[in-house]
Amino acid sequence: MITELLVPFSYDYMVKAMWVSALVGGVCAFLSAYLMLKGWSLMGDALAHSIVPGVAAAYLMQWPYAAGAFIAGFLASAGMAFVRQHTQLREDATIGLVFTTFFAAGLLLVSLYPTSVNVQTIVLGNILGISDEDALQVVIISLVSAAVLLLKWKDLMVVFFDEAHARTVGLQPRVLKIVFFTLLSACTVAALQTVGSCLVIAMVVTPGATAYLLCDRFERLLMLSVAIGVATSFVGAYLSYFLDGATGGVIVTLQTLLFLATFYLAPKHGVLASRRRISGAVEVKP
Amino acid sequence: MDVARDSRQNREGERTSPASPRATSLSVRDVTVTYPNGTTAVQDASFELRAGTICALVGVNGSGKSTLFKAIMGFVTPRQGAVRICGLPMQEALRANFVAYVPQSEEVDWNFPVLVEDVVMMGRYGHMGFLRLPSKMDHAKVEEALERVGMGAFRKRQIGELSGGQKKRVFLARALAQEGRIILLDEPFTGVDVKTETEIIGLMKELRDQGHVMLVSTHNLGSVPDFCDQVVLINRTILAAGPTARVFTQANLERAFGGVLRHFQLAGTALHEDDDTRSVTVLTDDERPLVFYGQKRPDQGPLRRSEDGEPS
Ligand SMILES: Nc1ncnc2c1ncn2[C@@H]1O[C@H](COP(=O)(O)OP(=O)(O)OP(=O)(O)O)[C@@H](O)[C@H]1O
Ligand SMILES: [Mg+2]
Repeated sequence: MITELLVPFSYDYMVKAMWVSALVGGVCAFLSAYLMLKGWSLMGDALAHSIVPGVAAAYLMQWPYAAGAFIAGFLASAGMAFVRQHTQLREDATIGLVFTTFFAAGLLLVSLYPTSVNVQTIVLGNILGISDEDALQVVIISLVSAAVLLLKWKDLMVVFFDEAHARTVGLQPRVLKIVFFTLLSACTVAALQTVGSCLVIAMVVTPGATAYLLCDRFERLLMLSVAIGVATSFVGAYLSYFLDGATGGVIVTLQTLLFLATFYLAPKHGVLASRRRISGAVEVKP
Repeated sequence: MDVARDSRQNREGERTSPASPRATSLSVRDVTVTYPNGTTAVQDASFELRAGTICALVGVNGSGKSTLFKAIMGFVTPRQGAVRICGLPMQEALRANFVAYVPQSEEVDWNFPVLVEDVVMMGRYGHMGFLRLPSKMDHAKVEEALERVGMGAFRKRQIGELSGGQKKRVFLARALAQEGRIILLDEPFTGVDVKTETEIIGLMKELRDQGHVMLVSTHNLGSVPDFCDQVVLINRTILAAGPTARVFTQANLERAFGGVLRHFQLAGTALHEDDDTRSVTVLTDDERPLVFYGQKRPDQGPLRRSEDGEPS
């Protein structure tokens, strides 16, 4: 029985998948804490789709796919910032406009050069079959992002909380936001490999949303969110060996289950706890 | 344009802290701000404030008060003119932590997962190193600021779980912890009861005596003569700027507010039945009315609200 449970650890490709997933899951969860607070959660989804033309073009020109993906992601976030600055369009419309444009360009490229790229890999992810070379790219992206976030998380928090104040303590909100969205682009590229472009959105939303229900303090929220991201990604990759299912699907299902449990059971912001407190308060009344 | 000159300012030298040789001052010179949609919200604004001043920024909705704040903090770039803080260009002054800002309540995301003490600690960030690790002194300053605004007991609360007045105090505490020499307060009294307002004013007076400069936008006309030494009246351009007694007059206010101001004149017979011919004029654009008593010498300046007693 025990030996059966340890089987995945005897395959190199499984061990690799678990660790890489955990790393990517952790960094995405870190970013999710910020995105969720700003109502920018859909940015992750938009970026993941915007990356497609970059990947297609990179395959065509024999570049590392991450470079193409990253450039496309960066252009997409710059595009959104540009549209936002020069029109009064709402956030969702801006995001929708830019990402469909990029996604359409990607599909066009793929259909014009059909052999160049396996769309299914991008859409569904394929961490179990990831090549060493791709795994290395993902690891480097994740480690660099994690390092920047660990050094600058407080500055980013101030910028996200109160931009005016951020200026008065000498920070440059614009620069920090560019840094943030660059990291987000890079991490969505990394997450593509693990869960595919359809599910990247879950990686950059669910852990933060779950942690939000449990903490009143940003520092804890970050730690909890990262812990959730790492644990669910690691366990999800592990379980996908037995379930024989898409890794992305398993990871995101785990995250969702965790969220639902929190939603009902969280000690302070959970549904049951508030019901209990409200009915409790009525009884105490003189 | 009137440039503020006041006897208090002659003592400016004594009021600057000896540690930093630069005199505290805020100078706005010929500032014109035009938004991308073509609205010129502020035109040729000039005024100057010296150490130890509380200055009210008074004008109707849409007169450019918030725009002026944004220009002082560099959120919008003036099309023309410049803001200098303690003699430095704005960017350098911000880097040197000279400016603190107390935002309007509507601007704050109250659901953000930060505790009261975290917000106040944000005031210290400019004094910290690259990693923003708070030192013992930073903790002590946060503590002190919280005690000073009477919010020590609430330090572990999430900021959304406070009343309107308590929220205001938290951000005031952040400005205190930041130790900015210029403090900008955008409508600090909206939604605050008279007791809290009095406490905030008391705190501002203390800060004034320590040599800070405060610029306060407010609609509470009645309190202005209570605590402001200077007044800037604005309606797209500066209508008048200078010492309260000279600028904050009925004629100027009517110019600044046009028809918006509610205006009640209670003449002799409406008040009492003797043949006292004096009249009382009540001007208000918000909650606290400003009361002018007729037949006063015009150079006497405004009196306070009616509960302060009979005019002599
Ligand atoms: N972002 C913007 N883009 C274009 N016009 C703007 C913008 N912000 C403000 N305005 C315009 O500039 C003028 C000044 O606005 P401002 O917000 O400075 O007024 P205010 O004095 O702060 O008013 P209130 O008392 O209501 O706070 C208004 O006519 C307003 O419509
Ligand atoms: Mg305003």
